[in-house]
Amino acid sequence: MLRMIRIAAVALCVSLAAMGAAARDREVAIGLSSAITSMDPHYHNLTPNDALVLHVFEPLIQRDANMKLVPGLATSWRAIDDLTWEFKLRKNVRFHDGSPFTAEDVAFTLKRVPNVPNSPSSFATYTKSIVDVKIVDPYTIVFKTATPHVLLPSDMAAVYIVSKKNGEHATTEDYNSGKAAIGTGPYKLVEYVPNQRVVLAANYGYWGGEEPWDKVTFKILTNSAARVAALLSGDVQMIENVPTSDIAQIAKDKRFHVVDKVSNRVIYVHLNQSTDKAPPFVTDKPGKPLEKNPFRDARVRKALSIAINRDAIAQRIMEGKAVPAGQLLPDFFFGTSRKIKPPKYDPEGAKKLLREAGYPDGFALTIFGPSNRYINDEKIAQAIAQFYSRIGIEAKVQTMPASVYFTRATRLEFGYMLLGWGTESGEQGSSLRSLLATYDPSKGMGVTNRARYSNPQLDRLIEEAMGTLDDRKREALIQQAAELAMGDTALIPIHYEVSTWATAAGFRYTPRTDQYTLATGLRPGR
Amino acid sequence: MLAYALRRLGQSAFVLAAMSFLVFLGVYAIGNPIELLVNPEADQAERLRAAAALGLDKPLLVQYGVFLVHAAKGDLGRSFVYNIPAIQLILERLPATLELAFAATVIAVLLGIPLGLLAGLKPHSWIGRSIMAGSIVGFSLPTFWVGLVLIMVFSVELGWLPPNGRGATVSVLGFPVSFLTLDGLKHLAMPALNLALLKLSLLVRLTRAGTREALLQDYVKFARAKGLPMRRVIGVHVLKNIMIPIVTVIGLELGSVIAFAIVTESIFAWPGTGKLLIDSINQLDRPVIVAYLMVIVTIFIAINLVVDLLYSLLDPRVRIGAAAPAH
Repeated sequence: MLRMIRIAAVALCVSLAAMGAAARDREVAIGLSSAITSMDPHYHNLTPNDALVLHVFEPLIQRDANMKLVPGLATSWRAIDDLTWEFKLRKNVRFHDGSPFTAEDVAFTLKRVPNVPNSPSSFATYTKSIVDVKIVDPYTIVFKTATPHVLLPSDMAAVYIVSKKNGEHATTEDYNSGKAAIGTGPYKLVEYVPNQRVVLAANYGYWGGEEPWDKVTFKILTNSAARVAALLSGDVQMIENVPTSDIAQIAKDKRFHVVDKVSNRVIYVHLNQSTDKAPPFVTDKPGKPLEKNPFRDARVRKALSIAINRDAIAQRIMEGKAVPAGQLLPDFFFGTSRKIKPPKYDPEGAKKLLREAGYPDGFALTIFGPSNRYINDEKIAQAIAQFYSRIGIEAKVQTMPASVYFTRATRLEFGYMLLGWGTESGEQGSSLRSLLATYDPSKGMGVTNRARYSNPQLDRLIEEAMGTLDDRKREALIQQAAELAMGDTALIPIHYEVSTWATAAGFRYTPRTDQYTLATGLRPGR
Repeated sequence: MLAYALRRLGQSAFVLAAMSFLVFLGVYAIGNPIELLVNPEADQAERLRAAAALGLDKPLLVQYGVFLVHAAKGDLGRSFVYNIPAIQLILERLPATLELAFAATVIAVLLGIPLGLLAGLKPHSWIGRSIMAGSIVGFSLPTFWVGLVLIMVFSVELGWLPPNGRGATVSVLGFPVSFLTLDGLKHLAMPALNLALLKLSLLVRLTRAGTREALLQDYVKFARAKGLPMRRVIGVHVLKNIMIPIVTVIGLELGSVIAFAIVTESIFAWPGTGKLLIDSINQLDRPVIVAYLMVIVTIFIAINLVVDLLYSLLDPRVRIGAAAPAH
């Protein structure tokens, strides 16, 4: 009898424990490295926001893990002519409140996007090309553009559709409080606490099928040591941006698993070519400004590029979590050219080029860079300085917080600038246009061209590419433009950052090239 | 007393105005918030629109004037980043910071004064020596390192305490507090101890020094000669006389703990104002920086007032408003 009671008690305990585990298993916590500033999908265009809000709201076109466009709320789309786009919408999609999703919601969203009060970074960038919206039927919508706009599908991947019923008169506060945060996505917003956490609950009626998690908590853990500690102690099951110095140790531990993927962010150098005389902080060795701007000479630019040992930076400083770069995007992206390889490390060749350009004894420059904006940014700048000393260029390094650095860089107060660029459109044409087209912000050309590099031939190619709707023709034009720009060393690409995630054993994350951390990519696994 | 309070109030208003202007100037000198807020692919029109939306297109003095007019009505502006009133953003976090600061101060006082007294009374015993050695360790170890070691030991290795965040809260007089729940206490323990460590060491050393000095004074010798029990000599004659500098330091430290618990807050992801301030500085979120510093200055002023009042309780010779002729 006693034995039976004992067995029953043990069985009860085991089943209770199993039930507890099962209940807990459908909850998951994720540690994020930066703050989420709003739940309003049209308030602040910022990568962490865009990633988080994607659980609740969806765009017409989604991106897969390689940033390729795939159907989202639209099942198909096509250009009827150069100025007209038709989107077929998904049927039987419901918002979290049960109301159906139709073309009215799309039209409402496009009207709301440019009119969000106090928006510090507007999504209007993605909608301003559309001059007219026509609802053909509840599941067909047509957009008109003033000029051919090749990035329209890519833009539509950045605009999340809100519900007209809940969105009319809704303010950013209503989205933050959850009142208006009613989307079509796989999760519903439960709670948003700025700078602390975001709690989501599964949307069981999701059109794409049920998610494995009932509840997902995103915790904001900006301090990287705290983020790692939260993972090690089991407080969260996944973290993003594992600090490079901790990756090896966590990967060795059987209780955890590290995944990584090359990102769409390139670290590069802009050489200030805005002045005839030497740009700021570029002098001869005694410290007198140079008569001519050396960066206007393609030979000097090339010398400064091939003097950098990219493999050494990727292996030693980035601990393997970077891929040496030869252009602005890794070569699986649209518009990249496989003919462009990362420049080979060649200090002798660099010296020879400097001699040919009239600087047999080199010159002096200061490398400016941000501190703590990009992974190991300060160390990269120091490594570059050391490589330059080997070709007779005296390089000093000065780094500063991002808040100071970018303002001064935009004012062109530096000659040599270490920078980073993430291509959100997923095609190289838009990065060439922003970084290397001749500076003309009113036309949207060269808006971030801090080098003020200008090459009419390149401008023509970029303009032609960005006006060509045919994907194959456009890709060929972008490749041609990239080959021209990189052959001229219009900027110096260093490497592509590799994003990292660490999960507890029993979880698998599908890493993404857009650096998004998504609960929808997290699955229970071995 | 009234004249004293009015004078204090006038001084405070002046300090607040001067400080807000300096912060305006400072943020302006650091950089342009638009550079950090706007998407880098945005064109010129979008940059101008964002600057206009945030009021950054006007000259600095006009911006400051607008701020003053609104501030006079009690509106300190909206966060550039969150589009939430800055003061609301701060007040939501202030209870967490205050709780952490008071918990740390209580730990420091409850441990620091008795330990310091002990070390002062028995300076040459092994216990006095080890207390002093301990206080040197507490002084010299950097806060962030101690915090990480605490997390490693108590969360990662032993699994006793949660590594980050604030626990369940209950509402007391409308303020959410977490020290009344077990979960809350568990979350509070490590950050409070981490923050208390430095103050604890400071109080130990201060109390010890005060005690040793007081023991040599004539009134102590006299009290002992009178045959008073040692407990009374220490409790009344020694302690009361060394309290004035200790209260001053506790007051100042409490203020600085409230204002600048940044390191501890970011290591333990404690949802307080320190973390908010550092994030806002990095983002050049000027309305939040200005509002935060105004709140902190107000708190400092209040604490100093309380300290002054405490002096007069501890030492009847100190009179509030001594500068004004007493009636």
